[in-house]
Amino acid sequence: MLVDVHAHFYHQRTPRADWRERNESRITAGARIGISVHVASILGSFGLTSPTYFPSPRDVTAGNDALLALQRAHPDRIRGYVCVNPNYGAHARAEIVRCLDAGMIGIKLAASRRADDPLLDPIAALALQRRVPILQHIWQHRRRDWPGQEASDATELCTLARRHPDVPFILAHIGGGGDWLHSLHAVANVPNVYVDLSGSGVDGGMLEACIASVGVNRLLWGSDITMDTGWAKLRYLETFLSKDDMALVRWKNAARIFPPGAFPTD
Amino acid sequence: MRIDCNAFLGAYPWRKVPGTSPDALLQALERTKIDAAWITHLPSLFWRDPTEGNAWLYDTARKETRFKPVPTVHPGLAEWEQVIGDAANAGAPAIRCDPLYLGLDPTGGEMRVLTAACGAARLPLMLAVRLEDGRQRHPNDHVPELPAAAVRALIRSDADVRLLVTHADRAFIEEVHFGSAPEEARRIWWDICWIWGPPEDHLATLLDTIGPERFVFGTGQPLRLPETSIAKLDLLDVSPDKREAIESKNVRELVS
Repeated sequence: MLVDVHAHFYHQRTPRADWRERNESRITAGARIGISVHVASILGSFGLTSPTYFPSPRDVTAGNDALLALQRAHPDRIRGYVCVNPNYGAHARAEIVRCLDAGMIGIKLAASRRADDPLLDPIAALALQRRVPILQHIWQHRRRDWPGQEASDATELCTLARRHPDVPFILAHIGGGGDWLHSLHAVANVPNVYVDLSGSGVDGGMLEACIASVGVNRLLWGSDITMDTGWAKLRYLETFLSKDDMALVRWKNAARIFPPGAFPTD
Repeated sequence: MRIDCNAFLGAYPWRKVPGTSPDALLQALERTKIDAAWITHLPSLFWRDPTEGNAWLYDTARKETRFKPVPTVHPGLAEWEQVIGDAANAGAPAIRCDPLYLGLDPTGGEMRVLTAACGAARLPLMLAVRLEDGRQRHPNDHVPELPAAAVRALIRSDADVRLLVTHADRAFIEEVHFGSAPEEARRIWWDICWIWGPPEDHLATLLDTIGPERFVFGTGQPLRLPETSIAKLDLLDVSPDKREAIESKNVRELVS
């Protein structure tokens, strides 16, 4: 069993003319890697009619609809995070209810609003009520604002996580750019923050630092948009973690924080 | 046969990296079934005279047949030509110069003279586009990335030089390859360590558009997990012949 907690799919209302090929490639590569379930999100129109990280409510809904369709088309392989823009609070809450009712299993917050902002509190409250985790896009140690996104870093996520200690938060793509060591220091003593191993970064020493920071009980395997790097991290971990510890990273930690029945063997 | 043409030994100044000793690299080669590694002394890339690491490099390579030394040269220092002679005597498969780490203009006079000397000596010149993701570098690590224009300029500057460029991504490779005449592009080899696999499929695309003969197996270890380059190949739909070319044959062609 292997759960990818950080996947993305595309749809026809995005700038990607090759959206079908990319989706197909993920499924094909996933089969080769042995991924049992892709837990995925779609970030609105990915820039076609509103910015990727600031999606309009209309694009948020369209993206979530596309993901629901994929989930229906691949019921044994694809699960969804409902993506929302917290700046549109009422729409975000309604969208969460709609998509969780339709079978999605988590909430995706990208970079529309800083993670420690009070606008995220109602969303976290809803996550607690529905017993789902929140995957928060993170820039590992944001030293300045970057164009096109209001990115959060681990310190800000931890502020939110401390306000909602019973909600599991997933710190996105520790290898996805920025100073991962800064993030690992920040999350070490915040027990409801889990570290997602995805991202293109495959730095020597990064996985050892992850284990030193949060232990194997708070590591989640994922790929994001580079499945080769995800597979490499998995292969490397297998060389020194026990079988039981690998099972935690591969799926058991995920099964613990996602709703019961989210994955086939629950 | 699998040859890693992009490996390092020694500490990195900007963060703690495990597995930088010769013994640790050998263990990594065993773990990943890599038969040989081209090695560079990593600390000396940051020294004012990077050639001061070459003696240790040669000594280390002499003790282990799986290591092939890639010494560093600084064409702005007096007597730099001696490094090329030493490299030839030591059986080095290539020589490396990362001009921006040395504070040199990557298309300036020193680099052009070095390029010509490498061409004349039939010794491939290795350059890295980067060593780390620009988003994560130490706040005081301001060395710019090698620009694609520099690679185009260097390959045009000497008709005999052969370049091995490491840590390049798809956009960089495409810009250089299709921005070069075919005769020029045939003298450039690219390591695969920084090229994305699925679902973006950059490596598969490049193998289709540029051809597998231009690509060689490299990892960037121990700064990067060597498993990554193997996973990329395992995720490709590629014939055994083409895979063998990438893993060892192309790099032998480079040094022939």
